[in-house]
Amino acid sequence: MKKFITEKGLVVPVDRANVDTDFIIPKQFLKSIKRTGFGVNLFDEHRYLDKGLPDADNSQRPLNMDFVLNQPRYQGASILLARDNFGCGSSREHAPWALDDYGFRAILAPSFADIFFNNCFKNGLLPIVLSKEIISELFAEVAAKPGYQLTVNLTEQFVIRPDGTSIPFAVDAFRKHCLLNGLDDIGLTLEDAEHIKQFEANWRQAAPWYFANGNPNNRAKTA
Amino acid sequence: MSGKTLYDKIWDAHLVKQRADGTALIYIDRHLIHEVTSPQAFEGLRLAKRKPWRADANFATPDHNIPTTRDERSQGLAGIKDPVSKIQVRTLDDNCKEFGIFELDMNDARQGIVHVVGPEQGATLPGMTIVCGDSHTSTHGALGALAHGIGTSEVEHVLATQCLMQKKAKNMQVLVTGKLQAGVTAKDIVLAIIGRIGTAGGTGYTIEFAGEAIQALSIEGRMTVCNMAIEAGARAGLIAVDQATLDYIKGRPFAPTGAILEQALVAWRSLVSDADAVFDSVVELDAASIEPQVTWGTSPEMVTSVNGRIPDPAQEPDQTRRGNIEQALKYMGLSGGSAIKDIKLDCIFIGSCTNSRIEDLREAAKVVAGKRVASTVELAMVVPGSGLVKQQAELEGLDKIFIAAGLEWREPGCSMCLAMNADQLGAGKHCASTSNRNFEGRQGFGGRTHLVSPAMAAAAAIHGHFVDVRELA
Ligand code: SF4
Repeated sequence: MKKFITEKGLVVPVDRANVDTDFIIPKQFLKSIKRTGFGVNLFDEHRYLDKGLPDADNSQRPLNMDFVLNQPRYQGASILLARDNFGCGSSREHAPWALDDYGFRAILAPSFADIFFNNCFKNGLLPIVLSKEIISELFAEVAAKPGYQLTVNLTEQFVIRPDGTSIPFAVDAFRKHCLLNGLDDIGLTLEDAEHIKQFEANWRQAAPWYFANGNPNNRAKTA
Repeated sequence: MSGKTLYDKIWDAHLVKQRADGTALIYIDRHLIHEVTSPQAFEGLRLAKRKPWRADANFATPDHNIPTTRDERSQGLAGIKDPVSKIQVRTLDDNCKEFGIFELDMNDARQGIVHVVGPEQGATLPGMTIVCGDSHTSTHGALGALAHGIGTSEVEHVLATQCLMQKKAKNMQVLVTGKLQAGVTAKDIVLAIIGRIGTAGGTGYTIEFAGEAIQALSIEGRMTVCNMAIEAGARAGLIAVDQATLDYIKGRPFAPTGAILEQALVAWRSLVSDADAVFDSVVELDAASIEPQVTWGTSPEMVTSVNGRIPDPAQEPDQTRRGNIEQALKYMGLSGGSAIKDIKLDCIFIGSCTNSRIEDLREAAKVVAGKRVASTVELAMVVPGSGLVKQQAELEGLDKIFIAAGLEWREPGCSMCLAMNADQLGAGKHCASTSNRNFEGRQGFGGRTHLVSPAMAAAAAIHGHFVDVRELA
């Protein structure tokens, strides 16, 4: 998993509450055998004027220029500013996969749907809960200043505005540890790699039948 | 201190690290892989630039999407008509090549349903921890292995670390005492167990099946029982190792040989629960009272004897239960109170990881030998669980018996068990199926599944409705 320490980036505002996972990535894209490549179909039903299909050439599709993501001033944004209950709906991990693949690293909102919130952390995305008032201020500032950027500092737990003022945020200590070190579940388990190697060496001694002839690859060569 | 259960023993032997929060890191000896739940896991490995921890612990074969007609199979990958299915199967081939993982590909003579092929090849050994991105991994518990299904994130986790984060389950013993009547099989035992404890009865437990009737089963029969542990809510089912287990292992291609085998045989003998082990829960059934079972609803617990009647929702005092029955009967197009034997069948499916082994096919062939499938049955098919089961059956002439009786003889795969390939049950059609799930739409949109044993499915094929196979002799 990608580490998250600090992120300075352009902010794009998606000004609506209850953005659900179907809004984030419609169901026809879930047949993929991949975890990547969902970025072009992020917010598909709003970004394009036609209906999206899994094997379509997205570069040829008509864009909905009214949708905020398509506006020139927000190209290259990495921080998403959102309203209440962002990510509600199904549990599909394709939603954070799509946001990540598009290039987002952090999402600021007054509240998030529970499963989506969890899924974000598993995929190196940082969801940050800020008060309704602050979120509203940020929406106003973004609208007023093209090129508006924020800095998210996870180590210090601050969102820093262009004028240098900082907004503190809360994050679970364990999740913070995982993000700072780029540890997913696998990363965490691999922190115990020495334990595993030691166990494996002992097990190989105690139960060689699971390693020697019981090994498909070895047997396949001699069979 | 009391003794250990078989589950305790295998768990303890594989415990890498106990964490303070109650989770444990468990070492995995064998990881089985198929095409549907693995692509994102391999992709995850690539993205993180990781390699499999121990490539040789993995064993792959495609099964879910594979076509089962000879014509399609002879064309290899090109024979898979659905492009999404084709990509999944090809992706498995590519991933196995890239990461150095052993695969029996779709045209290998040994290919088949992963839960049939693993034990058949000796990739499943007693005392192993075995996982696979498929809930019916519980099947492998029949050989005294601790085996259960996992999700795609966990598939990646096992590939990368050879371990799984787990919380230990509780111990349940299901004791089946006495002897089965002739014509009653392993499938009937497990359906009767699920009928008794319900589909959530085993949730949070590892079930050890024990007792005279279980010990009397062949290894194939034990696999049928453990296969459906998950349908009783338990992620893993187990059966103690005995002489039959050891005899089954010897000589399998990937099983140990020589001096290591001799040592292993000694060690494996201890894979039984201690006499003074304490189970958190014990359920007892009398084998002699079990009759051939038939499911009438949309959950495996909606099951009764072939001589029974479909429950009448009006007689059910509990409101939720009544609602469930009504909903199931509506979907199944059946009326409460009618006899199981009056259910007419349009389709017969003999196959799936529950019942597609040689013993299952022999039992079915015995019933249909010299007879004809009823004219009202539109499709009756036999899908062997693996290429080797198919070969063996052909050697014994079972294919000819089936074909002469009017059943189709197919190539190995999951087939109409879940209808991911072209083998689909039509809407509104009733199917006597030897598979494990009768959920809405499981065998095809709107299809109506009745779970039964191979002998019962074969008898239903001949008569066009359910009959008590014990009365046919
Ligand atoms: S046969 Fe059915 S239950 Fe078994 S692995 Fe295949 S799809 Fe799953």
